[in-house]
Amino acid sequence: MVDTRGLSCPMPVIMVQKEIRKNAPASLEVLADAQVAVENLTRFAVSQGYQVSVSQDGLDFKLTLTK
Amino acid sequence: MKQQTWFREHGMILLTGVIVGIAAIVLTACGNPKNMGFCIACFERDIAGALGLHSADKVQYIRPEIIGIVLGAAITAAAAKEFRAKAGSSPACRFVLGMFVMIGALVFLGCPLRMVIRLGGGDLTAVSALLGFVVGILAGVVFLRKGFSLGRAYPVPQGEGLILPGVMVVLLMLLVAVPGVLRFSEAGPGSMRAFWVISLLAGLAVGALAQRSRLCMAGGIRDAFMLHDFTLLSGFLAIWITITIGNLILGNYDLSAVSQPIAHSQHLWSFLGMALAGWGSILLGGCPLRQLILAGEGNGDSAVTVFGMIVGAAVSHNFGLAGAADSVAENGTYVVGGIGKAGMIAVVFGFVVLLVISLTHLPRKEQA
Repeated sequence: MVDTRGLSCPMPVIMVQKEIRKNAPASLEVLADAQVAVENLTRFAVSQGYQVSVSQDGLDFKLTLTK
Repeated sequence: MKQQTWFREHGMILLTGVIVGIAAIVLTACGNPKNMGFCIACFERDIAGALGLHSADKVQYIRPEIIGIVLGAAITAAAAKEFRAKAGSSPACRFVLGMFVMIGALVFLGCPLRMVIRLGGGDLTAVSALLGFVVGILAGVVFLRKGFSLGRAYPVPQGEGLILPGVMVVLLMLLVAVPGVLRFSEAGPGSMRAFWVISLLAGLAVGALAQRSRLCMAGGIRDAFMLHDFTLLSGFLAIWITITIGNLILGNYDLSAVSQPIAHSQHLWSFLGMALAGWGSILLGGCPLRQLILAGEGNGDSAVTVFGMIVGAAVSHNFGLAGAADSVAENGTYVVGGIGKAGMIAVVFGFVVLLVISLTHLPRKEQA
C-alpha cells in the first residue's frame, strides 16, 4: 500500500514510480485524496502497463493497480 | 468514478491553453499592457500596490483577473465536488518560497505565463528567461528525485479553504463599491487596464478551465523531464502557439530583442530570475497560476503561498529589487534596463534560501 494522501504534485506519482521500479509488483494499492492525483496516477500506471480500478471511500480514493 | 476520456486527458488542457491565449490577446486589445494580457506576478504586484503595500505608483491596481481566477477555480471545484479544505504542509516555507518566486519573476518582469505571452509576441528577451526557467525546474527535479517534500497537508475545517476566495470577494467589493480607499496608477502599466467586468470574466473563464485541466506552466516541463508525460506541456505550448497566431493576425508580432513592451535586455538576470522562479515553483508543487487555482480549491497552503507572493512583490518594489524596462531617452539613446545591485543580491540570496529549504526537506537516511 502506498499512501499519497496530502502530498503535493508530483509526489504521488514519484512514490508509485519508486515502488514499481523497486519491487515491480503485480498488483499495488494506492491511497489518494485528490482527483488530480487520481488522474495523474492513473495516467502513469497505464503507461507502465497496469490496469487501474478506482474506488472512493469518503474523501479518499483507493486505486488498485494490476498487471 | 469519472472515466478518463481523450477529451478529459488531452482535449481539456489544449482547450484551456487556447482560451488562455485568446483571453490574453483580448485583454491586451481591451487595454491591458502589451504582451501582458495575463501575468500572475505582475497582477499580484499591482494588487500589492493598490493596497498600499508598496509605493511604486506605476504598478497599482486591483486586477480583477486574479480575483476571477481564484473564484472561477473555487466555483468549478465546488461544482465538481473537488473543493477540499486542507493545509499543514510547511506553510512558513511555502510563504518564503512564494516570496522568492515573486522576486525572481519580477527581476525578469513576468511570471511563467507572461514569459510565454512575451515569447508569443516575438519578444526574444524572454528566450533567456525560458532557458533559466527550464534550468530552475531541473534543479527542483534533482531534489524531487532525492525525495524532497514539504510534507503532507491534512483536512481542515472548510473555513480555512475559503480564506483566499473570501479575500478575493472583499477585494472585488472594494474595487467596485469603495475604490477611493485603494491606490490606482495614473501612468505606467498599472494604468493600462481593460474594463473590470471584462477582466473579471476572463479571469473566471481561465480559473475555471485551469482548475478542470490542471494547467501548470512549471508542471508541464517537470512532468516531461521526470515522467515523460507531455500532457501539461501541451497546454503550455497551446498558449504559446495561440498567442503567436493572434499577434500575427493582429499585426502585433515583433520578432526582436530590443524595444519590447515592459521588458529588459539584461539576459543573464532574466535567466537567473526565472531559474529562481522555476526552482521555487517545483518545490511548491506548481507555478504561480497553479497556486491560485489550488487556493481556490480550498488549499490553505497555496493561499499562504499567494500571500507570500504578494508580500514578495511589495518587498521587490520597496527595496528596488524588480527589473526596470528598457527605454529610449529623450536624445534617442536606447537605455538598457534590468536590475541593480540590490536585485542581484536578492536573486543570489534567493538561491541560497531555496538550497537550504531543498536540503532540509530531504528524507533522513533511515527514511530514504
